Amino acid sequence: MTDKIIKPSSLISRRTTLKGVGAAAGAGLISATAPGFVRYAQAQTSAPIKLGLELHRTGIGASYGRWYERVANAAVKIINDEGGINGRPVQLIVEDDGTDPKRGAEVIEKFATQHKVDLVFGTLFSNVVVGAAPRAGELKMPYLVVSEGTHVSSGSLNRYCFQPGITDVRSQVTAMAPFMTKNLGKKVTMMFPDYAFGYDHRDNLPAAIKAQGGEVVEMIAVPPTETSFTRYLPRIPANTDVLYHVMVGPSVLTFVTELGEFYGSQHPAIFGFIDSIEAVDLKTPQLDFLEGSYFWEGNPRYAQKDQSQWDKLYRAAVGVDDTGASVHDPKDISTYAHMYGVWETLFVIKQAMQKAGYQGPQDKAKFIEALESFDKFEEGRDHPQGDKIFNGKNHQAYGHQNISKVESGRLNVVHRTAIEDGGPQTTADYTKMAL
Amino acid sequence: MAFGPFLLLATFEGLLQAAILTLTALGLSLVFGVMRVVNVAHGEFYMLGAVIAWWVSTFVSSMFGMPPAVGFIAALIVSPLAVGAIAMVGERLILKRLNYNPESTIVATIGMLYIIQQSVLLTYGPDARRVAAPFYYRIQLPWFGYSGYNLFVIAAAAVLLLIVWFILSRTRIGLIMRATQFDAETAQAFGIPIDRVYSLVFAAGAMLAAIGAVLVVPIRQAHYLMGLDPLLLSFITVIIGGLGSLRGTVIAALLIGLSDGIISVFFSPTLAKMISTLLVALVLVFKPEGLFGAKAR
Repeated sequence: MTDKIIKPSSLISRRTTLKGVGAAAGAGLISATAPGFVRYAQAQTSAPIKLGLELHRTGIGASYGRWYERVANAAVKIINDEGGINGRPVQLIVEDDGTDPKRGAEVIEKFATQHKVDLVFGTLFSNVVVGAAPRAGELKMPYLVVSEGTHVSSGSLNRYCFQPGITDVRSQVTAMAPFMTKNLGKKVTMMFPDYAFGYDHRDNLPAAIKAQGGEVVEMIAVPPTETSFTRYLPRIPANTDVLYHVMVGPSVLTFVTELGEFYGSQHPAIFGFIDSIEAVDLKTPQLDFLEGSYFWEGNPRYAQKDQSQWDKLYRAAVGVDDTGASVHDPKDISTYAHMYGVWETLFVIKQAMQKAGYQGPQDKAKFIEALESFDKFEEGRDHPQGDKIFNGKNHQAYGHQNISKVESGRLNVVHRTAIEDGGPQTTADYTKMAL
Repeated sequence: MAFGPFLLLATFEGLLQAAILTLTALGLSLVFGVMRVVNVAHGEFYMLGAVIAWWVSTFVSSMFGMPPAVGFIAALIVSPLAVGAIAMVGERLILKRLNYNPESTIVATIGMLYIIQQSVLLTYGPDARRVAAPFYYRIQLPWFGYSGYNLFVIAAAAVLLLIVWFILSRTRIGLIMRATQFDAETAQAFGIPIDRVYSLVFAAGAMLAAIGAVLVVPIRQAHYLMGLDPLLLSFITVIIGGLGSLRGTVIAALLIGLSDGIISVFFSPTLAKMISTLLVALVLVFKPEGLFGAKAR
């Protein structure tokens, strides 16, 4: 007999032991965190209302995602401190969609089938909204976006999609066009991102400018993942009075610095959507050339002289100082112009759930109908950006817009539009769709 | 804008593109030429170079209150060394154990791509961050302004290129690399430590990408997804130039950079990408070894 036969061949080696331990640990981890693993079986009335926050935690929308999450946490804390909704605590469940439309639809599915949330909210990038909304409709999952896009009010989505916290691009540009043509010039060149959100600008600004007797002389579409912009700048015609820009993504700082290098101090009037410098410090040395230029802001980044008590309260709750930076890190600039939409959306959700006597997913239809029954939101703690009117048929809120001028490196509001300046509302009617 | 200045701007843009592309593609080509490894993680070494540059320059300016130029120079030294070290560890731990098998290494480097990218996402975060340029000088031409730093990048890339050429063709270490590339087995028979040459080459390839990234990061920002575009363009460049041929890589990078710059300015960037991709298809159909590549022996 040789050694070989006697030796047990299944001696546990170091490697197999490790494998076994790893597998066991993995399995334990999965069963503990797997969604749907219910650890409690409480009566339904005290179980939390689960709100799914579809967040751009990574990908090109990450700086918005970071702040949307902070705002959502701050608002949920207030709601819970005041006793939750209909006596039930609110639980926030966050999923990252990577700012990716395909992933957006998957996240909706995960929220519906695994987390079993009551609704989903908070998506910003319009390509993700357009990608995810059909799935929300199919799953009958209320989907409240904070995106600015015109896709909700245009009627191209479905009955489950709402935008109650922020005005759509169509009314924003309609409200601001008169200011541009009156104060800056009649010949406008636009630079915009080459996808859904940019198309809302492309499709709505020219008509709004034309109605004021001006014209759009050139439209320059830039792919949203572009990292270099100088090559697009020579296409700006020399007779341009106003350069209108709206850019998104991680390269916005490159865009504005290259614009400054290209033009120096001799440039046409510049009117931008704050998106082009959202989360970017205005004090960055190469941005001096923006001095004297104008920006649209949903909510003014810098605390203004006539700051309302509500903005003061909201600013403190979300941890932003008077210059729009995080109170913990002056380099961490907020997406202040947009993120109030998350706050206001959460309070609209609370209001609608209270009105519907919402108790659980079986009351979704009542919740949708309660939302559709709203016609206005008053300025206050729940709506710090200002009062709004709400169109229950096209599911869109309409508010005031701010136009700010860069003066000594800070943004001062020089004009605040009236709600009516946004022009006639679109006639889309989601209420005719089945629930 | 008149045709002349328009062309001048397009040429500047094209040269800048070509400068960065040459450095990144050269690393990819070197690794393939010597090791026969298609390094899919190459773009992530580029990204790492930029991210480490941000860390170093932020550290230097916040800890010691140095001006941005000092932070930049520190980054230019530290970042390529750190990236080279990381690449060397990857080579020792992964590629060597796969015996540099061409198919396995492709899959392994795809794995490295995701590991590096996600590690950066976990530590550095998803934001694009700015590294201050060592100097800021705007050149005002009669028709438009241009950043002086961009021109510096073009010059710096040209100098680096000369250094690489000198090392490869005039030094003993270059001779060893070329011998390994020509015939690894014979080289080994002559006492060349192939193993160590492979490590060195893999690290050097990653360092070239990192240097390119440090140069570019004051123009674009450091972001965890920034490695994808250069990877694609580098592959296009080395396929057109011929995998493993350094001369081919440089000429192809100039060709692609300039045509990309000029076509982007005069027509559209999308058309420029379409043309370079079409060029790759044509090269693969009619001259699969690339414009300057040697026929497979």
